[in-house]
Amino acid sequence: MSEPAKRPSLAVWKFASCDGCQLSLLDCEDELLAVAGAVDIAHFLEASREVKPGPYDLSLVEGSITTPHDAERIRFVRAQSRFLVTIGACATSGGVQALRNFADVDEYLSIVYAHPEYIQTLATSTPIADHVKVDFELRGCPIDKRQLLEVITAFLHGARPRLPAESVCMSCKRRGNPCIMVLRGEPCLGPLTHEGCGALCPTYNRACYGCFGPKPFPNTGSFTDWCLGRGSLTRPEAVRLFRTFNANAPAFETESRRHEDQNDQS
Amino acid sequence: MNARTIFRFDASRLGDLLDGIAERGYRLLGPVAREGAVVYDELGGADDLPRGWRDHQDPGRYRLERSDRNLFFEFNMGPHGWKKYLLPAEEPLWRALWRGEEMLFEETNVDDGKRAFIGVRACELAALAMLDRVFGEGDFRDDRYLARRANLFIVAVNCTRAGRTCFCTSMDTGPEARSGFDLVLTEVAHGGAHFFQVAAGTTRGDALLDALAFEEASPADRNLAKRLLDEAARSMGRHLNTGGLPERLAGSGEHPHWQRIAARCLACANCTMVCPTCFCNTVVDRPALDGRSAERIRCWDSCFSADFSYLHGGSIRQSTGSRYRQWMTHKLSSWVDQFGASGCVGCGRCIAWCPVGIDITEEAERIGEELS
Repeated sequence: MSEPAKRPSLAVWKFASCDGCQLSLLDCEDELLAVAGAVDIAHFLEASREVKPGPYDLSLVEGSITTPHDAERIRFVRAQSRFLVTIGACATSGGVQALRNFADVDEYLSIVYAHPEYIQTLATSTPIADHVKVDFELRGCPIDKRQLLEVITAFLHGARPRLPAESVCMSCKRRGNPCIMVLRGEPCLGPLTHEGCGALCPTYNRACYGCFGPKPFPNTGSFTDWCLGRGSLTRPEAVRLFRTFNANAPAFETESRRHEDQNDQS
Repeated sequence: MNARTIFRFDASRLGDLLDGIAERGYRLLGPVAREGAVVYDELGGADDLPRGWRDHQDPGRYRLERSDRNLFFEFNMGPHGWKKYLLPAEEPLWRALWRGEEMLFEETNVDDGKRAFIGVRACELAALAMLDRVFGEGDFRDDRYLARRANLFIVAVNCTRAGRTCFCTSMDTGPEARSGFDLVLTEVAHGGAHFFQVAAGTTRGDALLDALAFEEASPADRNLAKRLLDEAARSMGRHLNTGGLPERLAGSGEHPHWQRIAARCLACANCTMVCPTCFCNTVVDRPALDGRSAERIRCWDSCFSADFSYLHGGSIRQSTGSRYRQWMTHKLSSWVDQFGASGCVGCGRCIAWCPVGIDITEEAERIGEELS
């Protein structure tokens, strides 16, 4: 009997995260069987306890690096992976747990744990790309299923995934949504945020939370100054607006610190 | 067209007019008030129109409020343009699929049927005429656009009120519709009377009016309508000094004001998305996971995105200032060289729908100023 064509092997890895992004893979539903047919799912603990040995052709990495152990483990994952794609806000910017970057971790430890001396954790939550070479980043909290399929499809056919580096506004206007900022004067992070969700929140009448993180060259200063000037945002609110899922993304981090510093001075 | 008879009918009969269009096989599309804005969508009839709604617009601000005048068309421009029906925001152009060893290409058909645009304003007619030039003339005709355009019935509405972001008089496009319609309406409310004046612009429009048998408008009626239009023309919220503007902008490449605009601009692309003449689009290929088929999609693009000017090696317009300059100088200057008229029709959408209220009339004025 002749050997069937070898399918590329897929591994899914978890670091500090909520599992929501890996769940997006299982959430593919209609396309899940096609994915399972196109790749050999070799390591995906959320789906199966059967683990095949590496190396793996494609690794999807979820989560951020928050412990010395994980800082080591990601090197192992990288060494085992031909192509490494980070998935989600945690893996690409540090996630909501990067709020620790703005606080004193030792202080937290002493409050939360009876024996903090047993806890080995890092002072910061950092994206995977701060530790190893990443071949492609897929943003979002959680990632978008269509984008995940786009990346897997492109990988299978040796193409470059097409994930445009544009604002959420472009999808929002293509869908015909009137602008929430203009209509209601609410701060909507869409103009600063990388497209990927298809303007999900504004389509349901909620201002963008920025879960896909900053688009290239986001003019955070102009945005915030406009909102502050119109009274639709206070400085403490501005700090919180930029400190959610992508608090550690450089553009959002800088902007939140700017308003924090001015709070302290006032 | 001026030789055509002007009729009048009581406002209560607007429904008869729309029903008459629908009976001729046209799907009615027009303004509806939804979630705080007037947008374009399917109309069942006159009852779906945003009657009694009026908008207030300023840079970066749009509010809809109730008006006790209870008119059908007291509002001005909303965030939608008619381009969404002629150049859909996203449409599949063709599919490719493997059938055995053979690759087949299937073009997707344009089958939108006959459609009627209800309530097209003068500036929007100018925008449609510009899109006709872009997609219907020259070396790059777009069959899909032309197929959709050929199946339109256009009911224009003259503006009897100008918004604070309006400047059609500066661009010589309004507030009165002059051509490019099948019918043109003017809504008049005066001394307890509420009626429409109507005239045809085509034989199709003539045929419809013949069937409806409205009475002829009196000279007094026509005077009333004219006064309303004159009043609208005098109350434009904004003004753009177009004299010599294309030349001044063309020589403004290094003007320091571009940097001042860049400091405010979010490069979010909202201005281009709501602009009724911005036509840029891109194509995306969507292969199926199994590699057995793929679809080519055309979708709206914008000169404000980083990908727009991507050539080998990177974007040639990296900075926000260079993107805004590209947009404004194209719209107000090089557009004239390319298509024989300005790309701006003075609708003011880019002013109202800019999330940070950047005003093209004000910025063009600054850029046009002599360097000291």
